[in-house]
Amino acid sequence: MFTPVPNPTTKPIPAKFGEQDLIRRSASSVTPPAKRQTEVAKLIDVSKCIGCKACQVACLEWNNLTEEVGVNVGVYDNPHDLTENTWTLMRYTEYENAESGNLEWLIRKDGCMHCEDPGCLKACPAPGAIVQYSNGIVDFVHDKCIGCGYCIKGCPFNIPRISKADSKAYKCTLCVDRVAVGQGPACQKACPTQAIVFGTKDEMKQWADHRIKDLKSRGFTNAGLYDPPGVGGTHVMYVLQHADKPQIYAGLANNPSISPIVEVWKGVSKYVGLAAIGAFAAFGFLHHAVAGANRVTEEDEKNAERLTEGKS
Amino acid sequence: MSKPEVDAGDSVHRGNPVVVDRYTAAARVNHWITAISLVLLALSGLALFTPSLYFLTGLFGGGSTTRMLHPWIGVVLFLSFSGLFFRFFRLNLWERTDSIWLSRLRDVLAGDEHKLPEVGKYNAGQKMVFWSMSLFILVLITSGVVIWDQYFANYFTVEQKRIAVLVHSGTAIVAICVWIVHVYAAIWVRGTIGAMTRGKVTGGWAWRHHRKWLKDLVTTKH
Repeated sequence: MFTPVPNPTTKPIPAKFGEQDLIRRSASSVTPPAKRQTEVAKLIDVSKCIGCKACQVACLEWNNLTEEVGVNVGVYDNPHDLTENTWTLMRYTEYENAESGNLEWLIRKDGCMHCEDPGCLKACPAPGAIVQYSNGIVDFVHDKCIGCGYCIKGCPFNIPRISKADSKAYKCTLCVDRVAVGQGPACQKACPTQAIVFGTKDEMKQWADHRIKDLKSRGFTNAGLYDPPGVGGTHVMYVLQHADKPQIYAGLANNPSISPIVEVWKGVSKYVGLAAIGAFAAFGFLHHAVAGANRVTEEDEKNAERLTEGKS
Repeated sequence: MSKPEVDAGDSVHRGNPVVVDRYTAAARVNHWITAISLVLLALSGLALFTPSLYFLTGLFGGGSTTRMLHPWIGVVLFLSFSGLFFRFFRLNLWERTDSIWLSRLRDVLAGDEHKLPEVGKYNAGQKMVFWSMSLFILVLITSGVVIWDQYFANYFTVEQKRIAVLVHSGTAIVAICVWIVHVYAAIWVRGTIGAMTRGKVTGGWAWRHHRKWLKDLVTTKH
């Protein structure tokens, strides 16, 4: 048993982190706080998940969201994909393990991974619409969101969704409002098997080690932690039975990183682009200063008159 | 003699100075709708392109409104430019003398037009602006639809949208550079702007810059 986050006091307490703890702010710069808060993480142990969807329900409940009634197409995934209301989704995969001959039911709780190097934040053009706290939580600030969908292009995990109702982007907040007052995320609270645990990132890694040892002793030789270094590590991590093949878990990205296209678009293209525009404008001014205006002369007008008279 | 390089609305009026009709009222209206949309697109597009210009969203009523308006202005530009394209493309077809003109860019920039081949209604520079803008606007509307998530989010993959957004911004930058060339040329070559405001230029202007066009006009319309 991992010691769960204890029930907090019911008395109001001040938030443990806020604006002053931002380490990244979209389309703007922040002065990083002198001291970084302890990094938090949510660990999702896929091997312990029973697919009950309590986490999905807890997420809707806590965040006061309602999902539309969907259509059953013969799979367990419900709804069929993440939406602006479904910030976390159980994805079910039936995996035939060729080595053991077993059919394994792999159930992955999909949602924002809270990357240390968030692609959504890098892509966002609206100042302050996406923020990253020093404890690792990446959050969307909806009154600053303009609904352009750039975060979707930046995200290596295909997580954010734009609401049809208010044209703003939504995703898992890692229950930033609960964590700020010392609670764990709603999904973690609701999980009946402790497949979801929450704590500091170091604690979670230790707990994962313990879980991985256990899995290895049961014959899952490739069991491991999913904390992809391509995005600087994440603040939502998975324990996978087959960490060598993350893609079998409903297409979990294998060694994800921010797309090089996004890096070029949000990096060098801005400088080269503005420099090119500036250079063309500067050439115009210089040329005019050096060459002077290209004026029509009296002689040109006379020639035109001669031409028209002569021909008429 | 090659075919006369004149449009239906062009004509010469004798006098002092000689006045030449260069653009019909319809062509001018068409041009200015295109011009206004292009400027609005550049401003709103640059606002979303770089955080240092995000303040430009204020001109359009904030970030969300800018995001909503930009693609619609793009549709206006595309339709309006299509009108210009069909009006102007015939006299913008490339000719051998255009290559000669272009190879003597030094004389062009120095204003030594007497050293250059006689030019029809459009010189090689104007033709290049015309064709490059035609191409860029086609690329911009196509890539723009791919990233117009409000209506087309479900028709394209995220990877396609990434490529489209990079192509869209890169093309827009080049198009803005071409626009600067276009505007600068109109300012530098004095007497040009009247062609797009009142539709008229002086005979001297036509003689100096588009002599073949003037000669063709005189022979065909008198």
